[in-house]
Amino acid sequence: MSGGVDSAVAAARAVEAGHDVIGVHLALSRMPGTLRTGSRGCCTIEDSMDAQRAANKLGIPYYVWDFSERFKLDVVDDFVAEYQAGRTPNPCMRCNEKIKFAALLERGLSLGFDAVCTGHYASIYEDEEGNLELHRSLAMAKDQSYVLGVLNADQLAHSMFPLGATASKDLIRAEASERGLTVANKPDSYDICFIPEGDTREWLRDFIPTEPGKIVDTEGNQLGEHDGHVGFTIGQRKGLKIGTPAKDGKPRYVLEIRPKTKEVVVGPESALQISDLFGARYTWCGKAPESPETYFECDVQVRAHGETVPATAAIVDGQMHVDLKEPLYGVAAGQTAVIYLGTRVLGQMTIDKTKSKVPASA
Amino acid sequence: MPVFLDHASTTALRPSAKVALTSALDLLGNPSSVHSQGRGTRELLEASRDAIAKAVAANRSEIIFNSGGTEGNNHAIKGIYWDRHQADPAKRVIISSETEHHAVIDPLQWLQKNQGAEIVYVRHFQNGMVDFDSLKSLIETHGPAIAMISLMWVNNETGVITDIPAVVRLANQYQIPVHSDAVAAFGHIPIDFQASGLTAMSLSGHKIGAPIGVGALVVLRSAKPISLVHGGGQERALRSGTMNYPLAASFAAAATEAVAELDEEMTRLEALRDQLEAKVVEIAPSVIITALGAERAGYNAHFIFPGTQSDALLFLLDQEGFCVSAGSACQAGVVGPSHVAIGMGFDQAEASACVRVTLGSTTTAADISAFIDALEKIHPIALQAAPA
Repeated sequence: MSGGVDSAVAAARAVEAGHDVIGVHLALSRMPGTLRTGSRGCCTIEDSMDAQRAANKLGIPYYVWDFSERFKLDVVDDFVAEYQAGRTPNPCMRCNEKIKFAALLERGLSLGFDAVCTGHYASIYEDEEGNLELHRSLAMAKDQSYVLGVLNADQLAHSMFPLGATASKDLIRAEASERGLTVANKPDSYDICFIPEGDTREWLRDFIPTEPGKIVDTEGNQLGEHDGHVGFTIGQRKGLKIGTPAKDGKPRYVLEIRPKTKEVVVGPESALQISDLFGARYTWCGKAPESPETYFECDVQVRAHGETVPATAAIVDGQMHVDLKEPLYGVAAGQTAVIYLGTRVLGQMTIDKTKSKVPASA
Repeated sequence: MPVFLDHASTTALRPSAKVALTSALDLLGNPSSVHSQGRGTRELLEASRDAIAKAVAANRSEIIFNSGGTEGNNHAIKGIYWDRHQADPAKRVIISSETEHHAVIDPLQWLQKNQGAEIVYVRHFQNGMVDFDSLKSLIETHGPAIAMISLMWVNNETGVITDIPAVVRLANQYQIPVHSDAVAAFGHIPIDFQASGLTAMSLSGHKIGAPIGVGALVVLRSAKPISLVHGGGQERALRSGTMNYPLAASFAAAATEAVAELDEEMTRLEALRDQLEAKVVEIAPSVIITALGAERAGYNAHFIFPGTQSDALLFLLDQEGFCVSAGSACQAGVVGPSHVAIGMGFDQAEASACVRVTLGSTTTAADISAFIDALEKIHPIALQAAPA
């Protein structure tokens, strides 16, 4: 129970369904200023109290469990390392994969519980053979199946998402209000939880030393200098401070970040139109396809609330290849591509490499 | 109804304290007023002051009523430090301990961070007792630079008793004022303020059966701790604000009763505590009784269950209907490693596996045996639930 409206309603529905429920608030952050000096991490005290009030209203016991050490190792350190390597990670997926549906689930199972129930907007259905499938939520605007794409069959078997069949967040808020939950009108949180100010790049400066490097074109010609690659995003156009204009007179965009050589590669917008995704780190969400080596039709999503494009995908030489039928704009290595069959999440991969539709040198 | 074995966190309101409170709430009159009604409530306040003074063997004028232990500790530490440092800027060292309550450690760290104080900590033996050789050498090393010493009388987690009069004797060679957080000591061991030689001592009401929100700083007439609160000049101008005679009266009733029954009640609780510890060792032979061999208060048992985590133990015991505690939980509710256990030299894993069981007026032999049964059931689960 994060202290937000979604998990409070999820808990309420689990109680109502007759389950034996306890509320757990995860203490994840060790950011200074949220707790007394030298002590252990906490999310904000207000959030914890909001969650506790909701649990009290539901008549369930409530505990705060400290996973800040695991969170730092598995999520925060990974987040920093990925950026350092020039990739763009999604820490919420990492948290679901390693903390909520791993460390927390393990602890729950060992203490005699059967499942972790969260307020994610997604649904779990069973197919005719009894295999569990993860599906998009009915509330498409809030759908969170993307960040749950990392779950495997075993994790699905111990997960509950009671909000998946609700058509909108407004209905959840109305239900919270009817149930007398004080968090009914609490604003949504969008930021990364361990970056309270919301400025990721500024936050990263404390962890990653700023090393100046060259801004080059796709042929390796130096066009300018930068004061640290961590400051750049794929697709960025402004603030490059390149003096000489491109030959064709069109603006140039960041295409690639090369941490090893400290180079930031820029080129035409057309080079940002990505046609192919490759990744060796992939998992299947539930039952794997019968023959993943054969290209199959699917839809692909590369951002939590991004668009979905049709594609074909297959496992080729140990890595997943996604051949996009429509280009996706400005995809960065490190992002997660979630593979859908209709509303069902089939699996996901962490993108290692992308290929542009129009070769940059053209 | 759950079994409450967390009396050191707060304990049951004594019926006598409740009566004293509720009957005082019916009175009308500001104790500072000069009219008959004011004189009436003033009398109640001063009679309460007499009772507290008697309970701790202090002079009545040495009792400054306040809101409780945290306020008393803050007032004594900051107030005495400021006063001494103002008179002699060379005095900036405070000797204390890493096993103190946060209500002492945090004001100390605040002084260090914001006011240039230097905090030095005495060593402890692993059973929690102060190493007096270490104290002696700190006093000799820092001598005239020492602004004050603050050491708790009874540790709130382990129950370990520090020989406060012996601390004062060592401090006297440099005329160093000594403050003691006596919150966990009061009502549980005999306290004689006058004989101790202390300069100041913090007391809290709710640990002895008074309501939460009342306590006292006992402070020598000769000491002039600078006030944290300025206003109408009440309580020797050390603690301004309209004097809370209903809470003072309730505190006085609880203190009088606690001290009167101290010997008998502590003998009873100590016997139960010893039974509890013996049984715990039987069912969990790997258990560490942290303060074993130390002189300690009889109502307190403090365990480390190696290979477990406090929050899992607390959770499982709570599910079984037992209220106990671990180290200190933060405001958001995270059960952290016990800073007291760390201060005693235990490692992080051990300090994260503590359980404190504290007995009080409601505790019976049946509570103890029920607790043992529950522990026997949940200890293996807690071992299993620890991360690999």
